Amino acid sequence: MNKTVNQKAWFLVLPVLVLVAFSAIIPLMTVVNYSVQDSFGNNEFFWAGLEWFEEMLESERMWAALWRQLAFSAIILAIEIPLGIFVALNMPKSGFWASFCLVLMSLPLLIPWNVVGTIWQIFGRVDIGLLGYTLDAIGIDYNYTQNFYAAWATVIVMDVWHWTSLVALLAYAGLQSIPDAYYQAAKIDQASRWAVFRYIELPKMAGVLMIAILLRFMDSFMIYTEPFVVTGGGPGNSTTFLSIDLVKMALGQFDLGPAAAFSIMYFLVILLISWVFYTVMTNMDKRDGA
Amino acid sequence: MAKITLDNLAHSYSPNPSGPEDYALKQLDHDWVDGEAYALLGASGCGKSTLLNIISGLLQPSQGRILFDGKDVTHAPTAQRNIAQVFQFPVVYDTMTVRQNLAFPLRNRGAEASYIAQRVQEIAGMIGMEDVLDRKAQGLTADAKQKISLGRGMVREDVNALLFDEPLTVIDPHMKWELRTQLKSLHQQFGHTMIYVTHDQTEALTFADKVVVMYDGRVVQMGTPQELFERPEHTFVGYFIGSPGMNVLEAQVEGDRAVIDGHEIALGQGFGRPSGKVELGVRPEFTRLVASGGLPASIRRVEDVGRHKIVRAEVLGRPVNVILPEGEAIPADAAQVAFAPEGVNIYSDGWRVAPRATTPEGAAA
Repeated sequence: MNKTVNQKAWFLVLPVLVLVAFSAIIPLMTVVNYSVQDSFGNNEFFWAGLEWFEEMLESERMWAALWRQLAFSAIILAIEIPLGIFVALNMPKSGFWASFCLVLMSLPLLIPWNVVGTIWQIFGRVDIGLLGYTLDAIGIDYNYTQNFYAAWATVIVMDVWHWTSLVALLAYAGLQSIPDAYYQAAKIDQASRWAVFRYIELPKMAGVLMIAILLRFMDSFMIYTEPFVVTGGGPGNSTTFLSIDLVKMALGQFDLGPAAAFSIMYFLVILLISWVFYTVMTNMDKRDGA
Repeated sequence: MAKITLDNLAHSYSPNPSGPEDYALKQLDHDWVDGEAYALLGASGCGKSTLLNIISGLLQPSQGRILFDGKDVTHAPTAQRNIAQVFQFPVVYDTMTVRQNLAFPLRNRGAEASYIAQRVQEIAGMIGMEDVLDRKAQGLTADAKQKISLGRGMVREDVNALLFDEPLTVIDPHMKWELRTQLKSLHQQFGHTMIYVTHDQTEALTFADKVVVMYDGRVVQMGTPQELFERPEHTFVGYFIGSPGMNVLEAQVEGDRAVIDGHEIALGQGFGRPSGKVELGVRPEFTRLVASGGLPASIRRVEDVGRHKIVRAEVLGRPVNVILPEGEAIPADAAQVAFAPEGVNIYSDGWRVAPRATTPEGAAA
């Protein structure tokens, strides 16, 4: 077979290349630029090499934010994934109520981040918020502005409220794609409810769950708006996640060099963890197929 | 193993059926004799699978009862009925190995490990998968997966019945023969009641002792392959079974003669005076090309299918197929088509009219 060779075809990818350059590569390069220089007020720059990176790697503040961040992501994944699956399993399969549930579930996903933050900020207030007032009234010492546990509980519950729907919808889509014959065969084989879940539903959902875990991990790892609106990173630094810390450093203190170095490492960490997730999961798939 | 009785059974998928057209399965009384192999034959959408799912309990019938050995199981869940069923598309548990797949129905019923191991080995031998027992079921070909499904269906020895819902649709032709033969020998060996749903007549005729033909939600005939061939009870059976199917011609019948567009045909037996839409049915095997003494015909096309030739002719504007036996040439003077009287059936509104003894009364009527 003769392949037609036409080098002009490269021009067809050019628009994408230009777009990606403007949207990703060039902004990233400005960050790289800041990360290796020390900047002063009247646009003076001095070469700093890897100094900022070294400083950041030794910074206790950054490590603390990273661990906080990892803990947050781990906790919300551990809650949202099983809860999402549970919700999906219990949603009606068809008819009016199925559509009704889908619309209801989509609602939190449509609310802008800082509105979600505001909702919970007010909801949790002890003086006027329904949640805060009620908890206080039944004798639970709840105050997210002063209590470490209350602050964490609030940001976690808020994230679960906002994003479990996404996991549920993805899991639901996975469940819908299972042909009836599987459930019928399971009945014939006298499989228990647990066995149906373990051997039919879970394997068939594995693909979408992988996507759900990746999406939720990346999103939660970059979370900024909601906790910032609710707790502002406090009390103390207890809910200062990586993004919040980064913004404090870059815009609050105007330490552009360290902040840029921090950004790059932050980006690499996300890339690395996502890659590990992806590789582990696709390998799991392959091993099953072997 | 059990005798399965369908008592006054009918099923509609609509919650408020208003007439017979709403029923996927029209009222049905039937006994499936213990230990027989049945084929349930019919075109797609005629209610075969519905019937099967009612027997296995995957569906609750809208009316009527199902009895296993006289015991009412109409509302018993599938698990309690101890039925094996194999579906059209292969169902395997992807994350399990082939061995675990085969063992699954036994494990769920709490069988002993040693018994399971021995039974799985036997079944694996039967479906020819001993060497892949420890492979994951995911990624196997469709026919390998279907063999696993078949194996899972057969692994239990004490089932009341084995139901097959077009199980060989996805299997390669040469494997089809092999698996069908295995199913049949399995049946002879263990004597399970088997019901095999198919729309493939060859499959039905080679597999079953008795073939049940369904049409439009009804059982139109049940019989041995030979009965279905020689005496189709309904024109549908006539043209659904046979290749090509029965020739069906509208006719007026009076006593022992039929008239088609003014041409008279002697029937050899009296049929009285059937009412409704009267048709004459004759299989291509009982149709001959002759020089005279039949109906005027013109030959449109001849298809040589190897063992015999199929002549596509036109008789009085209607298509008629004729089968020429092996080695026989088309007579040069063939201008007419004649029907062998022993192969002629008369139908009234689709249903076969039983011949009466030829009496002068019948001829005179």
